[in-house]
Amino acid sequence: MSNRFLKPCTAFALPSLLLTSGAVLAEYKFNFPEPVSPVTKEVFDLHMMTSAVALIIMVLVTIFFVYSIYKFRKSKNYEPDQEFHKGWFGTWSWALVPAIVLGIDLTIAGSASSTFDLIEDKTPADLTVKVTGSQWKWTYEYMEDDVKIVSTLLPKEEAGELYLRTVDNPLVLPTDRRVRFLHTATDVLHAWWVPAIAVKKDSIPGYINETWTIIEKEGNYHGQCAENCGTGHAFMPIQVNAIAGEEFDTWMSKQKEIKLAKMAEAASGKVWALDELMTKGEELYNKNCSACHKPDGSGIPPVFPPLKGSAIALGDVSKHLEVVIKGASGTAMAAWGNQLDDLELAAIITYERNAWENNTGDAVQPSDVKAAR
Amino acid sequence: MSTTTTHEDHHHAPPTGFGRWLFSTNHKDIGTMYLIFSLIMLFIGGGMAMLIRAELFYPGLQFLEPDLFNNLVTVHAIIMVFGVVMPAAAGMANWMVPLQIGAPDMALPRLNNLSFWLLPAAAILLMLSVIVPFFGGGTPVNTGWTLYPPLSIQSGMGMDLLIFTMHTLGISSILAAINIVTTIINMRAPGLTMMKLPLFIWAWLFTGILLIMIMPALAGGVTMLLFDRHFGTSFFDAAGGGDPVLFQHLFWFFGHPEVYVLLLPSIGVLGVIVPTFSRKPLFGYKSLVWGMGVLLLLGMVVWAHHQYTIGMSVAATNYFMIGTILISIPVGLMLFNFMLTMWRGAMTFETPMLFAIAIIVMFSFAGTTGVMLAVVPADLQYHDTYFVVAHFHYALIPGALFGLYAGVFFWLPKWTGHMYNETLGKIFFWWTTIGFNLTFFPQHFSGLAGMPRRIVDYSVQFVEFNQISSIGAFIFGLSHLLFVYIIIQTVRGGEKAADKPWEGAQIGTPGLEWTLSSPPPFHSFETPPTVK
Amino acid sequence: MNELNQDPQQETGKRSTKRTVATLALVTILMFGFAFAMVPLYRLVCSVTGINSIATNSGRTLAENIVTTTDTVSERNITVQFDATINGNVAWEFRPSVRSIVVKPGEKTTISYYVKNHSDEAVVTQSIPGVTPWQATKHLKKIECFCFDTQTLQAGEAKDMGLQFVIDPELPDDISTITLSYTIMDTNRSESLTPNTDNIPTVGSDSTASNNKNTNS
Repeated sequence: MSNRFLKPCTAFALPSLLLTSGAVLAEYKFNFPEPVSPVTKEVFDLHMMTSAVALIIMVLVTIFFVYSIYKFRKSKNYEPDQEFHKGWFGTWSWALVPAIVLGIDLTIAGSASSTFDLIEDKTPADLTVKVTGSQWKWTYEYMEDDVKIVSTLLPKEEAGELYLRTVDNPLVLPTDRRVRFLHTATDVLHAWWVPAIAVKKDSIPGYINETWTIIEKEGNYHGQCAENCGTGHAFMPIQVNAIAGEEFDTWMSKQKEIKLAKMAEAASGKVWALDELMTKGEELYNKNCSACHKPDGSGIPPVFPPLKGSAIALGDVSKHLEVVIKGASGTAMAAWGNQLDDLELAAIITYERNAWENNTGDAVQPSDVKAAR
Repeated sequence: MSTTTTHEDHHHAPPTGFGRWLFSTNHKDIGTMYLIFSLIMLFIGGGMAMLIRAELFYPGLQFLEPDLFNNLVTVHAIIMVFGVVMPAAAGMANWMVPLQIGAPDMALPRLNNLSFWLLPAAAILLMLSVIVPFFGGGTPVNTGWTLYPPLSIQSGMGMDLLIFTMHTLGISSILAAINIVTTIINMRAPGLTMMKLPLFIWAWLFTGILLIMIMPALAGGVTMLLFDRHFGTSFFDAAGGGDPVLFQHLFWFFGHPEVYVLLLPSIGVLGVIVPTFSRKPLFGYKSLVWGMGVLLLLGMVVWAHHQYTIGMSVAATNYFMIGTILISIPVGLMLFNFMLTMWRGAMTFETPMLFAIAIIVMFSFAGTTGVMLAVVPADLQYHDTYFVVAHFHYALIPGALFGLYAGVFFWLPKWTGHMYNETLGKIFFWWTTIGFNLTFFPQHFSGLAGMPRRIVDYSVQFVEFNQISSIGAFIFGLSHLLFVYIIIQTVRGGEKAADKPWEGAQIGTPGLEWTLSSPPPFHSFETPPTVK
Repeated sequence: MNELNQDPQQETGKRSTKRTVATLALVTILMFGFAFAMVPLYRLVCSVTGINSIATNSGRTLAENIVTTTDTVSERNITVQFDATINGNVAWEFRPSVRSIVVKPGEKTTISYYVKNHSDEAVVTQSIPGVTPWQATKHLKKIECFCFDTQTLQAGEAKDMGLQFVIDPELPDDISTITLSYTIMDTNRSESLTPNTDNIPTVGSDSTASNNKNTNS
């Protein structure tokens, strides 16, 4: 604790540390990231216009104060004009000032309306991506192609300096095609925000919102969940990988092949050998289960029970299947049935029943899982 | 202790001991208690802000868990809004409204006592809501002060305590508002017509009316939330036929006018300070009064500009956008009138005036970023980023808090009978103003660069802005120790203050408070003064 | 303010104080009531004006009211996309029978949604419709919809739930694609909404906690 507390304190004493992010200086910005779609470009121009108005007003206010403080001070024996508020200006300022402010307001509102029309433009899209926010991950569905990507935070060791900006599976989009985003959420409010490519709309459970973009430049674009969604709000970044149209088509057909192959494998009714399942199972176990049950199956008692030598892993297969597929109510054990497919579950269960000297010799088949669902 | 009841003989010396405060019906004592309470809460809320900034000094998780961090963000906001600015403004009203209108006390003195003593009760409930999660009370309230469902349905027992806090605070401020409005309408000295009132009184009249309109709506909203959480109703639960977005409408129907509740008293304070130190009557008194009235009306009907991203219809969006931008008219008019009050005046720069000038400059800036935020397409980018955080801190710290500081320095000689130390006052002004700007100016940039609000950990690309911001926050926070020192020093002694310590105090206004001694007697204006 | 204000002028002042307090108290009570009145009012305003809201989207259109518009079947082709979202942490399957169809305004269309309860408990579900773009909200009229009522699913039960709708020919010209999205929710919300915070970093475990990467799909 004290150590952690000291870290910021040292930095406080060493202003040179203020420039710790030198290596990612390329991303260092005073303003919005460079806009790359028609919508964000218009919004950016609008933002610059209103900023300019703000700047001009502030310059005028500052000039007023510098002059007044210099000129109208008692120490310079300036005689106050007690009748000033009764002059023509005092009589009419209540109308003049609002008229001027109204003029500025209407100018801004006018250009805002035309930009808003562009945001609301309903030209048919080439591609629809449904973006679903959940605590705390993003799910992308390419509606036309029926392909789904789940995107979660890339851990610090892998992300390096781009930690909290990068994800394991980025959303891949083609450039120069019109993409329509549908926004919804499965639990609480979220907001999908990638400032360079599209404006944000909230993801609200039960509602569906849409935004659109045409990305004009290839590259990686980053964003974050903008609407507070609880504990993991800071930990659900967004990464969009924009690639050329043909590249995207190739990528998409590959995704479809992978999906078909998986389905075929699961549906083929192939009987899997024990060692095949063990290899697959070890990988999947480490990915999905080892956080709680530990890579060596020792668990973190009492919350996460050990699997090594456990009654469930050594006992009846059907009980084991039930716990993994449906979860154990009242405990931290999640229901994996709707998160993993038959083969994946079969591999994990097989691994759990044979690793760490559990040696039951059971090779649980995808068909067993299917039957147990 | 039973001496302090309504039967008390008004010509006796003030009652002594604990009972003087607990059973007080004296507007000055209650005003003092309000001010001390808000000062204590300022340190609690400010301490939370310091923890938040310390956590954000470095990327990564330093010492606050994500839920605790967002709990502090939530409670910081609630303390600052309901525990600091509103009680401080109410305390100032308690002190100054009877003195400025020549009334012997508030219209409903016993109610006044109740509305104050509800506040410590609310503060205890609020602290409990922070503490219960450590003792198995479920998830802390990690929603931000907006308490949006469904996230607020997930929170644990802290949420229920927070809802009760809101209820208690709501009752307290409604009672205070009823009292102040009644006093202003019915207890003015003979001859003191409405259009002769000091601007501070007008400001509090509008604030009181606004509070009475909006606090019950908030109470209703959080009551529904409580029912949804525990009694199986579905006001905001889609599965039972409710709508989570409805809560946002209810909240902001209260939340946006609430901003004016916080701002108006300070605008009133400016309305008496600026002419005093410019030695020249207030410019455009009538348009300031009308401007505040228009602000109140407009403020009530533009709430949904906090919700542009929910996907409203074009018509609704345009309505809320134009309504919001139009708010710049009364606000611009007010600031312009203050500036023209200084124009061709003979200014001196005591601490209250320094604050007044800084407020006008910084609040103008908040106004311009406010117009930027009102513009829907741009807001779809700014929404929920640090740009918004910077904007509302620029509006509320100068607009509300600094206005109250200016009022404290302005009236401290009257309240205590001693002049504060002018040098220390000026040091405090520069210290706090520089600290404030250092804290919040960089946040505009981190917001534009893409940093969302309410995040406990951020990417290294935002580190510079956050470190400057944190350093500024520590400077800003520390300056308040000097503030407390100045106040204690003034209360305990110092140069005797004249009845009218400020040369220009009565220019263009009846200035009844300056006709009394400094400090004023325990019972003042027992015979109403006459205003010509 | 009490005994000391004896002169008659102050006496009338006392009466007007009472009146002011009574007025202000009445306003307070009315505004508290107003918050609750917002609930039906919001629903009413939304469904009358077609503002995007759950109430608007859940509206039922009586079949008789459609007849008048069916003779004006337009030649426009409108693509209607169907979408399904499962709310909360539940073991269900939920999907439309078709992903999208092309219809003409004024033409009655029937499709269905498939739902299966994989859990071993009976559940009562409610489906919430959402429509985008929001301009289409009041033009997509549902005649029959499983979203009008709750649906009970026994453990392991699967069913096809029907939906009949018609698109109003007055649909604005610039709209050619409408997405109709259903979110299915458990009406017993207490358990399905509890988040799983296992993968969220905590103080002191920055480097390890994020290792617990979860690739749910």
